[in-house]
Amino acid sequence: MSDMLTIQGLWAGVPGKDILKGIDLEVRAGEVHAVMGPNGSGKSTLAQVLAGHPAFTVTRGAITYLGRDLLAMPPEERAREGLFLAFQYPVELPGVANAQFLKAAVNEIRAHRGLEELDAMEFLDLLKDKLALVDMDFGFMSRPVNEGFSGGEKKRNEILQMALLEPRLAILDETDSGLDIDALKVVAGGINQLRRPDNAIVLVTHYQRMLNYVTPDRVHVLAGGRIVRSGERDLAQTLEARGYDWLEADGAAPAEVSE
Amino acid sequence: MAREQGTSRTAQRVEELAQRAYPYGFVTAVESESMPPGLNEDIIRAISAKKREPQFMLDWRLRAYRHWITLERAAAEPRWANITYPPIDYQQIVYYSAPKRKAAASLDEVDPEILRTFERLGIPLEEQKRLTGVAVDAVFDSVSVGTTFKEKLAELGIIFCSFSEAVQEHPALVERYLGSVVPHTDNFFAALNSAVFSDGSFCYVPKGVRCPMELSTYFRINTAGAGQFERTLIVADEGSTVSYLEGCTAPMRDENQLHAAVVELIALEGAQIKYSTIQNWYAGDREGKGGIFNFVTKRGKCLGARSRISWTQVETGSAITWKYPSVILQGDDSVGEFYSVALTANHQQADTGTKMLHIGKRTRSTIVSKGISAGHGNNTYRGLVKVLPRATGARNYTQCDSMLLGSRCGAHTFPYIEVANSSSVVEHEASTRKISEDQLFYCRQRGLSGENAISMMVNGFCKEIFKNLPMEFAVEATRLLNVSLEGSVG
Repeated sequence: MSDMLTIQGLWAGVPGKDILKGIDLEVRAGEVHAVMGPNGSGKSTLAQVLAGHPAFTVTRGAITYLGRDLLAMPPEERAREGLFLAFQYPVELPGVANAQFLKAAVNEIRAHRGLEELDAMEFLDLLKDKLALVDMDFGFMSRPVNEGFSGGEKKRNEILQMALLEPRLAILDETDSGLDIDALKVVAGGINQLRRPDNAIVLVTHYQRMLNYVTPDRVHVLAGGRIVRSGERDLAQTLEARGYDWLEADGAAPAEVSE
Repeated sequence: MAREQGTSRTAQRVEELAQRAYPYGFVTAVESESMPPGLNEDIIRAISAKKREPQFMLDWRLRAYRHWITLERAAAEPRWANITYPPIDYQQIVYYSAPKRKAAASLDEVDPEILRTFERLGIPLEEQKRLTGVAVDAVFDSVSVGTTFKEKLAELGIIFCSFSEAVQEHPALVERYLGSVVPHTDNFFAALNSAVFSDGSFCYVPKGVRCPMELSTYFRINTAGAGQFERTLIVADEGSTVSYLEGCTAPMRDENQLHAAVVELIALEGAQIKYSTIQNWYAGDREGKGGIFNFVTKRGKCLGARSRISWTQVETGSAITWKYPSVILQGDDSVGEFYSVALTANHQQADTGTKMLHIGKRTRSTIVSKGISAGHGNNTYRGLVKVLPRATGARNYTQCDSMLLGSRCGAHTFPYIEVANSSSVVEHEASTRKISEDQLFYCRQRGLSGENAISMMVNGFCKEIFKNLPMEFAVEATRLLNVSLEGSVG
């Protein structure tokens, strides 16, 4: 599968306000893309639109995912087809135990792939493996999803879910924000272990420090709802050194077209 | 090319809660014998005669009727509940209806149609298919059609039978305890029930006996236009323990049917009674047409010291629910508990809660109420915690949680607290929550359907109540909630 994700001329926003104003992006299997940009540039909106959040409306453009029309798929179908979003602000689900939630999610996706459901014991074995990957204590599994978790624990829980669900396309929305350096290393280690030739990762981030641990194949800069620059790893370092201001100064310049 | 991302919002999704599948709405074709509609002394005498009751029962019924008729004439039907319904014409109701072929001696003589009915409801009565570990008394319209495991229980001295049979076989026990917790003067519906009740279950557990199995009564309304007025009386003698469960369903009919039951529990010194209800009467259709009017008086009396009465209810049915399972904590150090889940979808209305009356010293009570409202449902918790002057050192903890699904439903809480001494402690906590769009999206992003996500969150909300149910019924309750939420999202 060469084309994982193709976004063409995407306009999207909330009623009365456009946020994304013509995004073009192509992500292929085996690639890691970093989407960077200042606050309010539309990074998180792009992530949410890809996952199908009902608060956003697509007004123009098309998205093809694994050869299918992504916009025609409800969120759960996107998830079952292997599209995963690690949330910037994971919500709490009071009363729903983490283990129960994860088992339900794993089995929904397995059922969709024509695999047998895992029983409690099989799931437990799988869970133990993946917990080690993100250095999480088993005690978190009996607690309600994200309830009372610290910021770092919530982010680890997201990576744990990603490890369990084995997505084809993982979109990580500012997974690095609010993490101390140790947690960042753990999370980055988790991401690197999931990097494979047959899947792809889109890292949405404000800072380039995550990219010290997860090396991207392509870096895109989003500003004002458009991709204003695309480049290699060194683009992120330039941004780190010069900030986003220099881009906005010549924001009118046409974006480099990604091949 | 404009395209809507995702199809609908949380509110619209859960609106579909209204589409509730009710698999129990069938009618059984069975020949029944009914009295003409309406109520007067002749009807009461006829009911009593049909049941070959001793004089004390007839006298008791007539006293209740004469009291009720004064209430009816004074239009004293209670109006304080947070529910609205059209006036009930008590002269249009059939007060007695029974299948013609009634079990005389054994279940073998029960009309096979009725056996099939209970089987369809998941309550097999036939010997080889009986639920292990659960003794069942099956009540069809106005009469009990059979009780399982009676002999086995009798070996331990436990009496478990239909109320009619108890009146014949154990009149002394009935006379002693009937009306001792809910007198016929208690309220309008209790008076009506006392006058016309036709059957129900009776249970007596002797001193020091732990009942080895769950006792259960399954109520089924079948006949159109008939009311159901059953009466349950459970007496746990000193140091005994019993766990009891009732379930109920009715056919889907366009007209409303009245159900006015009374349940009385008596726990003597050191006795424990656990009473669980899974109430799934027909709730009416999406527009609120039809459904059972459920006006029920349930009360337990912790008569002896260190006794304990625990109510657990899962209320998912009925068009109207008016029900306050209560505990009179008379014995010192006695304990009362009330755990409740009430779900109102479509146009269902529930005004339910409890009363904890602290009379004895160091009496303790716990109230945990979970109300779930969806569609146009209206859910009210109404509770009274009353601590009398001599109930020193009494303790109450109350927790009322509401969950709202959608934007056209309602949740209300009316807690009344009266404390008449200074050494008691009463706590009240309350919370209200909604399932947010972001929570729903989070679940769907992990591959769960919106329906599964909602049911997972609703079940999580109810978990601490379900854990109080006997194991088999906790599973049943979870399943029932899921069925009630079926078709809720697309």
